[in-house]
Formats: sequence, structure tokens, C-alpha cells
Amino acid sequence: MYRSHVLVCGGTGCTSSGSPQIIEKLNEEIIKQGLQDEVAVIQTGCHGLCALGPIMIVYPDASFYSMVKVEDIPEIVSEHLLKGRVVTRLLYKETVTAAGVRALIDTDFYKKQHRVALRNCGVINPEVIDEYIGTGGYEALGKVLTEMTPDEVIQVLLDSGLRGRGGGGFPTGLKWKLAKQNDGDQKYVCCNADEGDPGAFMDRSVLEGDPHVVLEAMAIAGYAIGANQGYIYVRAEYPIAVERLQIAIKQAREYNLLGKDIFGTGFDFDIDLRLGAGAFVCGEETALMTSIEGKRGEPRPRPPFPAQKGLFGKPTILNNVETYANIPQIILNGPEWFASMGTEKSKGTKVFALGGKIHNTGLVEIPMGTTLREVIEEIGGGIPDGKKFKAAQTGGPSGGCIPAEHFDIPIDYDNLISIGSMMGSGGLIVMDEDDCMVDIAKFFLEFTVEESCGKCTPCRVGTRRMLEILTKITKGQATMEDLDKLEELCYYIKDNSLCGLGQTAPNPVLSTLRYFRDEYEAHIKEKRCPAGVCKALLSYVIDRDKCRGCTLCARTCPAGAIIGTVKNPHVIDPDKCVKCGACMEKCRFGAIYKK
Amino acid sequence: MKSLAELKAIRERMQNQVGIRAEDHNHIRVVVGMATCGIAAGARPVLNTLAKEVQDRGLTDKVAVTQTGCIGLCQYEPIVEVTAPGEPKVTYIKMTPEKAVEVVNRHLVGGHVVDEYTLGAADIR
Repeated sequence: MYRSHVLVCGGTGCTSSGSPQIIEKLNEEIIKQGLQDEVAVIQTGCHGLCALGPIMIVYPDASFYSMVKVEDIPEIVSEHLLKGRVVTRLLYKETVTAAGVRALIDTDFYKKQHRVALRNCGVINPEVIDEYIGTGGYEALGKVLTEMTPDEVIQVLLDSGLRGRGGGGFPTGLKWKLAKQNDGDQKYVCCNADEGDPGAFMDRSVLEGDPHVVLEAMAIAGYAIGANQGYIYVRAEYPIAVERLQIAIKQAREYNLLGKDIFGTGFDFDIDLRLGAGAFVCGEETALMTSIEGKRGEPRPRPPFPAQKGLFGKPTILNNVETYANIPQIILNGPEWFASMGTEKSKGTKVFALGGKIHNTGLVEIPMGTTLREVIEEIGGGIPDGKKFKAAQTGGPSGGCIPAEHFDIPIDYDNLISIGSMMGSGGLIVMDEDDCMVDIAKFFLEFTVEESCGKCTPCRVGTRRMLEILTKITKGQATMEDLDKLEELCYYIKDNSLCGLGQTAPNPVLSTLRYFRDEYEAHIKEKRCPAGVCKALLSYVIDRDKCRGCTLCARTCPAGAIIGTVKNPHVIDPDKCVKCGACMEKCRFGAIYKK
Repeated sequence: MKSLAELKAIRERMQNQVGIRAEDHNHIRVVVGMATCGIAAGARPVLNTLAKEVQDRGLTDKVAVTQTGCIGLCQYEPIVEVTAPGEPKVTYIKMTPEKAVEVVNRHLVGGHVVDEYTLGAADIR
């Protein structure tokens, strides 16, 4: 029995900003001050505000400390945990108002969020199965096994309108129904935890913060389609997630929530882990299953779909982590509850990983239909330094850009497709006026070229040719014919690639061409990068009237490209300049500018 | 684990502990003065008793037990303030663990202020 719980985030973000040291110091200080029987320190999953880590919440008063430092711990323990005086200066600033400390749920970041998949993230200790059970865990599995038939389970999912959260948006209930209809002596349930989009980390957070929810949902899936073996395919680059999954599976087996004769109903189900070796293509369903089979992770044509011939040639369902995280709640609260959230064709909530030029970098879960403006300006806290919003990138290397003109679009599967982007797994990268759209497209193409498995020619060769043209454009060496060729290649690759990776690889180029063709043309016709990013197309110049001849820039320049004497205006030698921008950063008079 | 009843038992045991982490505007707030004066007068056993009673009785979804600093009435410590939503604050003075159990029983569960332990009853003016 503890009167107070101190929750410290143990997600990857906060772990890298030092939360293990915070926990160590807390425990040490609590023992020193004799509070070990009164205060419990609990390591949780991600709270979402990764930019402000390490994060620490003290309950029952729910004081939210951000960017906690080891040196602050003795003060927090003696003042807050012992004497009850909240150390206001260390609190998350948004919670401190003129009228006093306000609740976290009232801050802009959390106010509009609605946590379903992330329900337990940051609330429970993911390494203690009892805590998951304490918040209603494994009750849905119990309900399904004792009160429902497999068809009823599938019907509930169909009624809920849940669609796959991995990106494609295929109705989950339908996927299960197809797998159930296909007879087989053996069926499989797989979980796609091979999250690979640059900037996306929602699946990692669920696995780290609430691993049991995935196990429970997979067991439910097993019951629904008639499978008794599950596989979680998780990337080896997620060591914390892997470790917590291993602990969770062990604990669930000890409680016989996995294994033989679960709840005495005669239903058997077990789960094994498979670690991905870091190939992006293994997030594609057929490649993922090929990889689980122990073969080289390459996709194969569909049909047959996994529901007919999947893993080891048997009927298989494959769902994404976030999809599974919704399922126990749908079973317990009913399909109507889930369908009451979201838009007509996209129900429920979606988790987004906010990144790029935004104040609150982190993880947010919003009802479908929330506008991009609400996400970026209200929840995300806007763009730093008063810069102007240019575009948001969703869907990673398979997605596209949403320009400012669509800022008020309600986010759901169909709306995003209609404007040439896609939901994807939920990475949302915000770009401001300083970002060059050609450079962004080139970045994603570089990723695709690197990750193309090489099995089919359109993707292997085509994406490389696209990257070459993009590189030419950013160097100012391209012609308008190159631009036409680029566009033609895009459609060719889209139509002819074998798997989703290749079919969607041109999307970043197509969507930037659609909304920012003028930027491409500026690079080609005027040999100019409007955002001032593409190095080959810009030069640094010193304004003679503003320069005071302080010599600071000349001393800073790593290439010795700045010439001038004390108190006389300096000049940059364009032949020597490496365009690093160091001089511009250092100049105190704003005399250096990009052209 | 062989039955749903066992799962339910774990849930009930854990619910009260995890329930402490709920954030709600409708909680009854029980605040114990834990400044130097309060601690010297024995506020810690009072605080721990309150926290334990609230959890043991499964009240964590309704009641939050927290601490505060010195409120300036050091001679009456340990002081416990109870604030229910929409009701005036009740201040209990010179608390002991035994009195705390009584406050939980009669006030937090029963809904009746334990008049004899309040500041008003002490007639300090």
C-alpha cells in the first residue's frame, strides 16, 4: 500500500533523455528520506510529450514534472513527496497558470486528445501484468471465450467500423471474416510491429507502454478465426519494446492467459516473437510472412491473400499493433461506442507521431475527423520561431504532403487519399517555410532506394532513376524535359511494382509536384531554391552597408573563404565557400544573407 | 489461472492501486498538512492511515489523498482538510490515525462531517 505513486516515463524518448538515472536517484532519495513504504516509483510507457522528457507524474495530485534533472530529485522528494509542496518551477509550464496549477487533462496538448489505443500508456507499469489486469485487462478475452461465438466477435468488429491502422485502412472485421471462412488444419495470427516509416513511433510506444493489450487482442483474433498460434514480428531496433514483450509473454503464460485451455474453456493460444533485421520491406505483409518463415524478406504477388494462403501457406491474419490495441476496448464497450467516434467512414481514433517543425514533438491520439489545424496549432503548440506553415507530410515514404490550403481538412482515410496523401501508419512531419519540397521528396526517395528489396525492376531501377533526376534538379542541372520524364516514371513505377513499397514510392514526388510544382520549376528555370536549402543553388553574401568589419565571420569560416580587414566590410569568396552557414549564424549585425 | 473469478479478484485488488492514477475533477480532496510543524506533530502516520483506508475500501476513484504545506495553524497540527466538489471545506485538527479512520468511516463513506474534530468545534477565536 502506497499513498503516492511517482510515474516516470520509460519510453524510448525519455530513456534516451535520462529517465533510468532519474528512477535510480528517486529510489535512492526516497530510501534516504524514509519514504520507501509510502511512495512507489513506477516506470511506465510513453506519455506523448517526448520533447519534454524525462517526464514524471506524481499521483494522487497528478503534478506533471517535465525535463526532470537528476539534481532536482532531492528537492522534489523532500518538498513534494514528504511535505506536499509542489515544486512549481519544475512543473510542465502549461499546467502552471495564474490561478494555480491546473490538471494535465486541461492543457492544450491533452485537451483534444482521446486515448483509446494509448489508454494505458504512461499510466501502468508495462512490466507488471497485474497492473494491466487492474485497468480491465484480459476481461475482453474472458468475455469472448465464455460468452461469445467466433462469428459474434467478428460481427462486433464489423459493426465497429475499425480499419487497419497500419496504413491501408482495410476493414479489420472483414479481414478476420475472410480468414475464418478459409478452412485449414492450421491458421495463424500475426502482428506487424515492424514499424519503419521515418518519424513514426506509435507502435513502439504501445509495445513499450502496454504490451499486454497486443497479446490479449491476438488471442481474441485467434479465437475468432480458429488459430492457436500467433507471431509478433517486431524490429530488433526496438530493444525496450522487445524486452517488455518478452516479459509480458512470460507473465501471460504464468497466468495461463496464453497457453493451453485458457480460462478452462478448452481454447489454446500461444505467441512467439520474431525479430526483424531492419529491412523496411518486411513491413509489407507478404514480405513479413516470408521473413517469419525464415526466408529472405521479399514480397510476393497477391492474390492469394494472406487470409487464403499466408504464413507457411496457411490462412493467416496480419494486423498492425495499433489496430490490436483498439480491439479489447471495442469488445468491452461495444461496437456502438467505437463507431460513435470519428467520421462516417473512419471510426475511432488515430495515433500520430508529431515531428519536424512543431513545438510539442511527441505522440498524440485524436478522434478521426480532427482537423490538421487543431492537431498542429492547438495540440502541437504551433510552429516554433513564428515561422509559417508550409506543409505536413503524412504516411512516410508512401505518403504525401498536405499543403496549407488543406489546413482545415478533417483527417481521415478517405480525405487524405483524396488530396494525394495517405494516413499511413501515422507519422506526421510538419514543415515550415525553410523546408524545400524538392529536398523533402529527395529525402524520401533516398530512403526508398536504400530499402528497395530489388525483386522487381520498376522499383529497383525506377526509383534510382527518379532519385538521379531529383538530384539533378537540386543541383540546378535539370531541364523541363527531366521534370516530364520524372512524372512519367512516377506513374510507371506506381502501375508496375510488385508490392506496396514500390507502388507508393513515387507518392512523395507526385504530391509535391501537385502542390509545389513552382518550387521544382524555380530550381530548373531560375536555378534557385526558394527555401534556401539546396546548397548548390545558393550563395552567401555579405551586405557591405551592414558589415562592421568585426572579423568574427572570417575567424569562424572553416574554409577560409572570407576575406577582409578589421573595420572594413568583408567579402565571401564564392569559389572557396562550402555553404555551411556558420558565418551567418555568428554574425551579430545580420549582415550575411542567403541568395 | 483457471477462471474468470480469479481474473476478477486480481482486478479488484489492483484497481484501487491503479485508481490512484486517475485524473478527475470530481474527486473529494483530502489534504494533510505535511510541513515541518505537521510532521513534528505526527502528520505522517495520519497521512498513511488515510491513504491506506481509502485504498483498502476501494475509494480511490472518488477520493484523492494528498499533502500540503503549512497553513499557519501550527499549534493545531496535524491538520486534515476535506474538500468535496460543491461543498465548503472541512478542516479537521489535532488528528491521529484513530481519528483518521473515523473520518474515513463517517465523513468520506457516510457523508457526515465529524463535527467534534473540526476547527469550528475547537472554538479558537
